[in-house]
Amino acid sequence: MRPSEPREKTIRLMEVCGTHTMAIAKAGIRSLLPPDVELVSGPGCPVCVTDQSAIDAVLALSDEKNVILATYGDMVRVPGSVRGDSLARRSAKGARVEVVYSPMDSLTVARENPGCEVVFLGVGFETTAPGTAAFVRAAKESGLGNVSCLPLLKTCEPVLRALIADPDFNVDGFLLPGHVSTILGEEGFRFLADEFGIPGVIGGFEPEDVILALSRLIRQIRNGEARIENAYRRAVRPEGNPIARRMIAEVFEPADSLWRGIGMIPESGLAIREEYASVDAAKRFGLVIRETPEPAGCRCGDVIRGAVRPEDCPLFGRVCFPEDPVGPCMVSSEGACAAAYKYRPAE
Amino acid sequence: MRPMDDIITLAYGSGGKKTSELIEEMLLPAFGNDILGELGDGAILPNEPGERLVMSTDSFVVTPYVFPGGDIGKLAVCGTVNDIAVSGGEPKYLSLAVILEEGIPTADVARIVCSIAETAKRANVRIVTGDTKVVEHGKADGLFINTTGIGVLRHPGLSPKAIREGDVVLVSGTVGDHGTCVMLARNPNLVRGGILSDCAPLYDLTKALRPLGTGLRVMRDPTRGGVATTLNEFTEGTALSIELDESAIPVKKEVRSASDILGLDPLYSANEGKILAVVAPGQAEEALRLLRSVPEGRDACAIGRVTASHPGKVLVRTPYGGSRILVKLAGAQLPRIC
Repeated sequence: MRPSEPREKTIRLMEVCGTHTMAIAKAGIRSLLPPDVELVSGPGCPVCVTDQSAIDAVLALSDEKNVILATYGDMVRVPGSVRGDSLARRSAKGARVEVVYSPMDSLTVARENPGCEVVFLGVGFETTAPGTAAFVRAAKESGLGNVSCLPLLKTCEPVLRALIADPDFNVDGFLLPGHVSTILGEEGFRFLADEFGIPGVIGGFEPEDVILALSRLIRQIRNGEARIENAYRRAVRPEGNPIARRMIAEVFEPADSLWRGIGMIPESGLAIREEYASVDAAKRFGLVIRETPEPAGCRCGDVIRGAVRPEDCPLFGRVCFPEDPVGPCMVSSEGACAAAYKYRPAE
Repeated sequence: MRPMDDIITLAYGSGGKKTSELIEEMLLPAFGNDILGELGDGAILPNEPGERLVMSTDSFVVTPYVFPGGDIGKLAVCGTVNDIAVSGGEPKYLSLAVILEEGIPTADVARIVCSIAETAKRANVRIVTGDTKVVEHGKADGLFINTTGIGVLRHPGLSPKAIREGDVVLVSGTVGDHGTCVMLARNPNLVRGGILSDCAPLYDLTKALRPLGTGLRVMRDPTRGGVATTLNEFTEGTALSIELDESAIPVKKEVRSASDILGLDPLYSANEGKILAVVAPGQAEEALRLLRSVPEGRDACAIGRVTASHPGKVLVRTPYGGSRILVKLAGAQLPRIC
């Protein structure tokens, strides 16, 4: 993998995990790549792919009397379809928002506030889905009656398939998400190589892990191979974590889901099964997520699809900043735009 | 004398008998000195002719108000005296204004008052005037404190404007301890790490650097916004840049691990017992020796250099050979999802 091995065509690699996006930017890995290798970010930040219509629904819910929203911190500053409107702003005006590190903390909040309805915002991919499933089960079993989960979970395979089906798709290999792979295993990504002939390497999150995974990916591409490799064996087993997957399947079922900038992808989200309807916030509050247009000029959708780099968005660093974001990619600590802004390479 | 109630009630802020109780039973015994003892509406301070004064003020609202390694009282003294110290001043006097939330246990207030007194003694400053107010339950988070300090200027000329190309950037010790400690204290069930706040008065440290004269360009204590934000304040709007060597920046192993778990970056986490100093290249070794001669500076090291390569910016060279721009903190650091 030396820059002295020229290739006619640029190799385009996509990382599909927000933590990779951050690690790559922070360690300055882009500046170490051979000149013919380009790294683009994919739809790997769970906050970024949450559609603004879902955020709008959450913001509306935060205005309900006696509702306490329990959420991971990343979600607090994400704007809905109105610029500047976010849970942080609603909270400043009196809405009750609790930042939690574990969904289980929502149970404690519910116990401490018996007169209130506590709603946990279940955001994330397969990594957070098992924990969310455990919470949904515990919420039902607790018999508290005032705690529920708004399922905004997404799954990896359908969105990767949707990306590949896009006529503009132009990626030669995937740096596969280490955390999601602990659940899905190597098996979960075989379809990339088997059906589409696209290589993928599962990588960890230390800079050394990322460099190792990228070098293996580049080697495969230069050799004309297409396999799924595991460069994160200390955490990822070939079969993944079947117990966690069973837990997901017990509580959730696949459902159509809106992705920011991509739109509706069939069966790409997780809805709470009927047996757990009593702790499903979508049902409890009759929430309807209506598609709303994206902010003018915001190219988060294209960034999420890897079609453009954050710097190519006309708003990036001009009107869209981490402290005053237009789109979600600039808010989340794992968003491609936030990473690109916070850890700009020093050229 | 009647013992005080077990919790603070609005009556303690009435200005009447109960207020006197609070002052006479708790505050005066802790802070007593001849200037405060006058209990006048203002403190009358002695002053030598020709002395220039340094003044600074800061308010403290930390949650929780007691954390490993300190509490809001210690912080309220250190925060203000350190701002005076890094401005080249010798801190002398403090005012102390406390806003108490109705219902706070009197024992907690007594503990914090005691901590203020101890820290003031250690920092060699006198509390010469003060104020207490009590607000209704729910209107403050336990207690808020404001301190204003006055010091005498001992090291004039310190300013980011004095920084020159080739200067060396020093830090007096490990980075991110206080911010990480407080985040852990807010989430006690998540991670336990035994990380202590580095909260400490720093005048001894700044005084140690006095022999450098004009070779000491500027000092700051990187509190909110951390090292990244303070260094950006040095370079902003100038033709100079600072290039940091990431592997040289001292971060405690436990702070690094906890930050990874919590989604924080130690370079953006607050410090309450560290200084950043920019010194002339020929005096960097001497500056390090001076810093290390004080207990608070024993882990001091050089972390970067002033260059002209990227005007106005701070750069980090990563251990992997890459480099990136280090920007100021935007908003609060938020914990992440996964």
